[in-house]
Parts: sequence; structure tokens; C-alpha cells
Amino acid sequence: MTTAQATDTVDQQADFDAVVSAEGRIEPRDWMPDAYRATLVRQIAQHAHSEIIGMQPEANWITRAPSLRRKAILMAKVQDEAGHGLYLYGAAETLDVDRGELLDKLHAGRQRYSSIFNYPTLTWADVGAIGWLVDGAAITNQVPLCRCSYGPYARAMVRICKEESFHQRQGYELLHALSHGTPAQHAMAQDAVDRWWWPSLMMFGPPDDESSHSEQSMAWRIKRHSNDELRQRFVDICVPQAESLGLALPDPDLRWNEERGTHDFGEIDWSEFQQVLRGNGPCNEQRLDQRRTAHENGAWVREAAAAHAAKHSARTSDDAVSGTATGEGAMAG
Amino acid sequence: MNGATSTEGPLWEVFVRSRRGLSHTHAGSLHAPDATMALRNARDLYTRRGEGVSIWVVPATAVIASSPDEKDPFFDPAADKAYRHPTFYEIPEGVKHL
Ligand SMILES: [Fe+2]
Ligand SMILES: [Fe+2]
Repeated sequence: MTTAQATDTVDQQADFDAVVSAEGRIEPRDWMPDAYRATLVRQIAQHAHSEIIGMQPEANWITRAPSLRRKAILMAKVQDEAGHGLYLYGAAETLDVDRGELLDKLHAGRQRYSSIFNYPTLTWADVGAIGWLVDGAAITNQVPLCRCSYGPYARAMVRICKEESFHQRQGYELLHALSHGTPAQHAMAQDAVDRWWWPSLMMFGPPDDESSHSEQSMAWRIKRHSNDELRQRFVDICVPQAESLGLALPDPDLRWNEERGTHDFGEIDWSEFQQVLRGNGPCNEQRLDQRRTAHENGAWVREAAAAHAAKHSARTSDDAVSGTATGEGAMAG
Repeated sequence: MNGATSTEGPLWEVFVRSRRGLSHTHAGSLHAPDATMALRNARDLYTRRGEGVSIWVVPATAVIASSPDEKDPFFDPAADKAYRHPTFYEIPEGVKHL
């Protein structure tokens, strides 16, 4: 590195720091530290993978939804999750990575997705528990990301958060209907909450003193709150919601702490979290297999579309949709 | 396994007019093999809740951008011309409609 280049980098680092500390946004063509870029790619890719893998546990119930209303709702939700994946892959691509490359890494098991999706959906009530608790935890995590220092990620999160609130409400409504239905339906709802509560709390990641990336991410304003802070916020939100549902949260140590003005809750079984992370959850293998199979089964569609596009552009030198571009298009500003 | 990299198709930038009377605004980007598919995908991706009445898709390679980073001297000429703003001028008190 020449002296001139070194001075350049120092200036660029100073500019970057100034923008970040002034709550400005870093945009794709700005200079950024390599480690900042790498952190964002890892986080956004993992987030995108979670959205599309997360389609599987719920899609499992589409054909067995108890009514046309519920079926239409569930299809819309699963389709939204596909959209969330696409927004996020789009945000990742602004960091000079290729979506295909990220998918290859997911398929090869070299990039992660949220371990919550390695749990099975055993009953219809699980669809409700996922909407209420899993989407609820995701919202708690994602709302602060709308102010993330990286512009494209923050913008994707704004779009996603708007759509998530329907996900959570439909799940809550579903559980409420079951909980106030027959004794068997109530029991099914309670069983789903019993199974999804603890894994949902694990979605916020390891406790603060064991969280490896947190401090740097906070300094870069990618992250705004610690894992434990967000987990606590989520618990406090859920307790009264569970009461309205008429369902119990499966934690004998859960109680209001007058002094702290917040709820105490029991110890999380982090060994389970580590097991699932290591690939030993109930559905890890199945989820990845299904993702690879879906991708391979779609290959002919992508190839046919590419072949059609090539043939069409060879036949007409004009734009494929000539006629829709108006004079105004030329003035796009 | 067939690598995903080769079959993604080109990148398109998507602009959505949310309602009549407003201009198209950049919504995001997507991959599609051609313009027709790009429009359909843009409809499914960016207007699932009636967010738009019109969509433009533009090949990402067709966008010409002002500068490699977003604060270069290109915009400096505007910085020292405060007299282009109405607030630059002092008007006697009580004068109306100005
Ligand atoms: Fe989502
Ligand atoms: Fe969701």
C-alpha cells in the first residue's frame, strides 16, 4: 500500500465513522470497512435463508387448513415469507455478493438459518403458535433493524415489518379461536404453546455474555439492543397476551418482579439450542433436503424461462414489452 | 447439484407508482430472465397489498449513477448558493403574499 492509499483509507474510515455516529445511513457504493461488509453479508444472508426455510413448517399445513378462510390466510403468509427472502437477498446483493452463491452456500450447509425452523409443526395449533410467538419474536428483533446503519437492509426491514403484523395477528386469532373452542381444541392450543415457547425465547440468540458478534455490531449500529434486552421485552409483551388467550406459558418461574418492573423468567436450556445449531434438531436434515429438492425441481422452469428470453431477444431487437414504455419513462429521475 | 449461480437471470430495478398523481419511486430490485417476467415478478413481490397502480422495471445495468461514492465534488456547486432559497431574502415585516 502506498502512503497516498493509506491516507485515503484513514480518511474513508473517518467519513464512515462520522456517518454512522451521526445516525446517517451507509449506502451500497460508499466505502465501508471489510469487516462491516462481511458482517452484513453474513447477517442478511442468514436472515434471508430463515425467511425461505421458514416457509416449510407452515406450508406443511396449507392442504389441511380447517377452512377456506384459514387456507387463504396461510397461503398469503407463506407467500409473504418468500417475498421477505427476496427483499433480503436483494439487500445482500448490494454488497457485491450473488444470490445464487448465497443459495449454494445454504444448500451446502455453509450458511445458517434460524434454528427455530428445525422444529416440527405437529398440529394445526402450531400454525397459530408460530404466528403469535415466532413471528412475534421476529418482529421484536426486526423493528430496531429498521434503523440499521446500512440503508438497503434498513429499507428491506421497514417493508418486512409492515407485513409481519398480519402474520402475528392471524396466529393470535387462530390460537384464540382454538383456546375458546372445545376442550380438545383448547388442549391442542396449550400443547402448541408449550412446545414453541422456549424455542421462541432462543430466537434472540445466546445470553449477552456469550454473544460473540454483539459488541462490534452495536458500535456499527447494525444492532441496537442486546439479545437479553430484546428477550426480556418479548417476555413482557407475551405475558398479558397469553392471559387474553386463556393459555399458560410453560415456565413455573415466570412472575412479575415489582422491583425491576419486568418479568423474571426461568433458565433457558442452552444445550438444546447448541444441539439444534449443530444440526441435531428434529428437522434440520428434512428442511435442507426439501430446500435442495425444491431448487432442483425448479431448475427446468428457470432454464425454460432463460431459453425463452434468449429466443425472444434474438427474434426482436426491440424491447420485449415495447409499448409500455412511454415518453415519461425516458424522464425517469 | 446444479449450481444456483448460473440461472438467476439479470437484475432489474423496480419503480412503483403508489397512486395516481405521484411519481414512480424505487421499490427494490429482482432477478428475471426478461422484461415481461420482471414485470410479473415485480407485481407479485412489491404490490401484494395494492401498493401500486403502475410499475417500471429497468435493467440494473442501464442505470447510470453520478459517482462511485455519494459525496463527491459533483454536488459542491450547489453548496454555496444560499440565494437560491427563498429564506435567503429579508422582507420588511407585514408584507403579505410573498
Ligand atoms: Fe418474514
Ligand atoms: Fe412472518
